[in-house]
Amino acid sequence: MNILAIIGHVVISFLASTGALAIFAGKGIYHAVTPPLYFRIIGQQMMRIGYYSLPVVGLTAFFTGGALALQIYVGGSRFNAESIVPTIVVLGITRELGPVLGGLMVAGRVAAAIAAEIGTMRVTEQIDALSTLSTNPFKYLVGPRLVAATATMPILVLIGDLIGVMGGYVVSITRLDLNGAAYMKNTIDFLETQDVVSGLAKAAVFGFIIALMGTFHGYRSKGGAQGVGAATTNAVVTASVLILAANYLLTEVFFSS
Amino acid sequence: MTDHPMLSLQNVHKRFGKKVVLDGFDLDVKKGESVVIIGGSGTGKSVSLKCVLGLLKPDAGTILVDGEDVTHAKGKQREKSLRKFGMLFQGAALFDSLTVWENVGFGLMQGFNMPKDQAREIAIEKLRRVGLGKDVADLNPSELSGGMQKRVGLARAIATEPDIIFFDEPTTGLDPIMADVINDLIRECVKELGATALSITHDMASVRKIADDVAMLYQGKIIWKGPVDTIDHCGNPFVEQFIHGKAEGPISVDVSV
Repeated sequence: MNILAIIGHVVISFLASTGALAIFAGKGIYHAVTPPLYFRIIGQQMMRIGYYSLPVVGLTAFFTGGALALQIYVGGSRFNAESIVPTIVVLGITRELGPVLGGLMVAGRVAAAIAAEIGTMRVTEQIDALSTLSTNPFKYLVGPRLVAATATMPILVLIGDLIGVMGGYVVSITRLDLNGAAYMKNTIDFLETQDVVSGLAKAAVFGFIIALMGTFHGYRSKGGAQGVGAATTNAVVTASVLILAANYLLTEVFFSS
Repeated sequence: MTDHPMLSLQNVHKRFGKKVVLDGFDLDVKKGESVVIIGGSGTGKSVSLKCVLGLLKPDAGTILVDGEDVTHAKGKQREKSLRKFGMLFQGAALFDSLTVWENVGFGLMQGFNMPKDQAREIAIEKLRRVGLGKDVADLNPSELSGGMQKRVGLARAIATEPDIIFFDEPTTGLDPIMADVINDLIRECVKELGATALSITHDMASVRKIADDVAMLYQGKIIWKGPVDTIDHCGNPFVEQFIHGKAEGPISVDVSV
């Protein structure tokens, strides 16, 4: 095939998907904020997205905090600056690793689950059935998931932040023989509100990305079991990449301000 | 009495990529009449139903429901038009996250804002109508057999007492006895409600049982339409080949690889 034709094909299908995603997101947001709102489903989804992700996010944060403490100790000791461990741990966790690793873990869990569920509903005509029963699928399926994920991710990450700092604390006092009271004091003294808030803002954006990718790929899946499988994979991959890209952009924004 | 047909498709065209599915599809269904569209697999029978419901947008043509043009209906107008419809999907398309009675009462609760208790009562009554006892009401759809799922799907389609009911291959995948039970139920339910029915099937036993009029779809057009009792002597070679299920005839099936 002509090389130009191939390039053209790739560019056109990329632009078409981007446009479709933008329209999908616009419709999703519109239906997420206009009545009637399905509070029962939003609550259900918050449970599934938030509460059931707690163990995964908690464990990730704990081990990351611990590893961070060891690494920073190694680096810090080269300048006789071991006392910097708690400050860097808490900054690293709240500003960067809490939201990013939490987001990636939840993307694997939740974007996949959403895409599989909605994809199955699509291929078994349940989404068509919703329409024939006077229910807008965007209002019933997409909106509540967007709201629930955007609202729960910051809470989840805040809990992850606490557990991550605790991980650093536990490792520091058991493995590195740092003083516990001094560790806590250093953690709190050098932490600014903006460190935590910027991380939570990231988390909200990541939550939105996760639900959007899950619903978008699920909604467009076709062709039976294989189609649902592809939708699930695409949801996780695109959600993860978009989280990392959005993370850089948001960090740039918070860095400049 | 109104003189316009309940349902009218005029010169409807629909294509997917290069594949032309509907190519000037014309069909009128009078109020209270039961029309069955027959035709081979993949000839666009489902597509025609989905165009009427607005699940697919026709490329050209006009669709009138009770005299009202719904071809480009959106938002509120489309929702209002959809309230006139009930549909039994091929795979039943029951919502697997809800119980049986919630499935049946879904349209009442969502579309007509009926309180839960009242919707449950009607749902149980409709389930009884299709021969299912109160004990199935609280089961999940996945716990039911294929025939029972179809009956729940039928109960859901008639729950809101719609003016027009669509049946998409109602007997596919059922044993002959269960198929006959479903055919009887369809016939009775449509009569009781005084509804207009449009079905698609390639099961001739089902056609003879539920149809007043039969329309044959071939290459995107209705090539023959007439009362069911004339179908055996219609003199149309396409129809005759189809109803007798012969491989030889004017309809050639491409089996070359």
